[in-house]
Amino acid sequence: MDKEETLLDHMEREGMSRRTFLKYCASLASLMALPPSAAAAMAEALGKAKRPSVIWLPFQECTGCTESITRSHTPSVEGMIFDMISLDYQETLMAAAGHQAEEALHNAMKDNFGKYVLIVDGSVATGLDGAYSCIAGRSNLDLLKEAAKGAAAIVALGSCAAFGGIPKANPNPTGAVAVSDIIKDKPIVNISGCPPIPVVITGVLAHYLTFGTLPELDGLGRPKAFYGETIHDRCYRRPFYDQGKFAKTFDDEGARKGWCLFELGCKGPVTYNACATTKWNDSTSFPIESGHGCIGCSEPDFWDAGGFYKALSTPANPLKYVGAAAAIGVAAGAAVSVANRASKNAAKAAHEKTQLTDLEK
Amino acid sequence: MNEMELLTWARGPGLNIAIGLFILGMLWRLVEIYTLGRKKDLAPARNAPGASGWHTVVRRSMPPHGMLKRSPISYIGGYIFHIGLFIVVFLFAPHIKLVDSLLGLSWPGLPSQVIDAVTVVTLATMLLVLFDRINNPVKRYLSTVGDYAAWMLTFLPLLTGFLAVKHLLLPYTTMLALHILSVELLLVALPFTKLIHVFTLFASRWYNGDISGKRGVPV
Repeated sequence: MDKEETLLDHMEREGMSRRTFLKYCASLASLMALPPSAAAAMAEALGKAKRPSVIWLPFQECTGCTESITRSHTPSVEGMIFDMISLDYQETLMAAAGHQAEEALHNAMKDNFGKYVLIVDGSVATGLDGAYSCIAGRSNLDLLKEAAKGAAAIVALGSCAAFGGIPKANPNPTGAVAVSDIIKDKPIVNISGCPPIPVVITGVLAHYLTFGTLPELDGLGRPKAFYGETIHDRCYRRPFYDQGKFAKTFDDEGARKGWCLFELGCKGPVTYNACATTKWNDSTSFPIESGHGCIGCSEPDFWDAGGFYKALSTPANPLKYVGAAAAIGVAAGAAVSVANRASKNAAKAAHEKTQLTDLEK
Repeated sequence: MNEMELLTWARGPGLNIAIGLFILGMLWRLVEIYTLGRKKDLAPARNAPGASGWHTVVRRSMPPHGMLKRSPISYIGGYIFHIGLFIVVFLFAPHIKLVDSLLGLSWPGLPSQVIDAVTVVTLATMLLVLFDRINNPVKRYLSTVGDYAAWMLTFLPLLTGFLAVKHLLLPYTTMLALHILSVELLLVALPFTKLIHVFTLFASRWYNGDISGKRGVPV
């Protein structure tokens, strides 16, 4: 593909109408809660956009994030946009391998220094100087530091890159950390989720292409437009929660009637993500719609958050110290009791009877 | 520490510690109180013991003649917030779920809307009772730091719970963590403050009634 070709040219060539493209821009703008005028601006900017160089580095990851973006929406406008960025390095998707691939990476970094977007999926191993995860003989830690230097912005894609994810799960043998733990001087947007929703990824890229900036972020560095509300607040099963109608097991009457999965461990109330609105697999459904509670995959340390099947209001193992506590309590009570009796007896022993003669003194 | 970590700590180690300290403190205090002992009563009972103790348990919950008019906030307010607390603590579905997971006991709950309404009434009543305590010179004179601390320890879980459910002020995750932490504070403090009346109230009433009955003042 010609580097000078714009997105609109490319789409027309691929047989996509301008109307479809405008519709996509409008839906993207509304999804990101931008004003209506932004749709036009987005269409214009995207239409004229020259393919920005994107370098995608995979670290301690499972390629689920790549699967999410490449497979669930094919063919689609999201897919087209990915055609339109110049994805200069992506191990899973690129044809090159070995030294060729490394050369592509270094050329892209050199040619677009200060301008490229760096996408990272997977966490960064820091244990043993990063030796747990290496590419072409170099540690992820090293690669990240080098690639971040020339990046205009960094997209931490997936919960591993955003928060450390599953590699960071207790006891974190590789010393895995998030991208933001290493890189402090670049704008970073966290697109968390395991995997993240495809339209969230393309939404952020479109925002960047249109406005040249990252969208507004929440306290955890996630775009507010997609992570502004909890799954619970947008869940179609919410009325059952409010009515106190809960499925008690995965195959009881309540489960068949589609009642709330809170008691089966749904983490919807504390999970900020857009699954309940954008849904998955071409807007077919999302986990709760398929009958399984939310596991909270877009939140930090979701893996260690007290069990997927324990209701949020129920503690992990609260009676852990009860035996010891009871023993110490009884012992303390008995000790105080003995002390009380001793002082009572002492008072009794020290008691002197008052005689009539004493009063006459 | 982010909000999820705070919540995980509050639900996990925090709750373990709080429940441990609660059990420890309660057993300590109860063993201490019940082994204090009483001197042997050498006088013959003037009355057969009867049900005087049990009567007192109920009678002390009734305002003495004329007191309802003189101190309506104490009596009516006291009733409202105690019953409200009972309803919110024991009939809210997530709380029942908690007891179920701890002890395997469960019972039907009330709809969230009813709990919401009861919570608002209870919060308002507790504020009124506090205002009365500060405003009334006699009550103010009789109040100690312990009284205000007990009020605060009771009020905070109720307030944070309501804010969490209604998604007010702070994100739900943070508020839920604060709610659980405030309950943990209450659990730890309960055995060592006047809040221990939850467990000693009826026993002491019964004892007072029973001993009065034996001494010839049955009720």
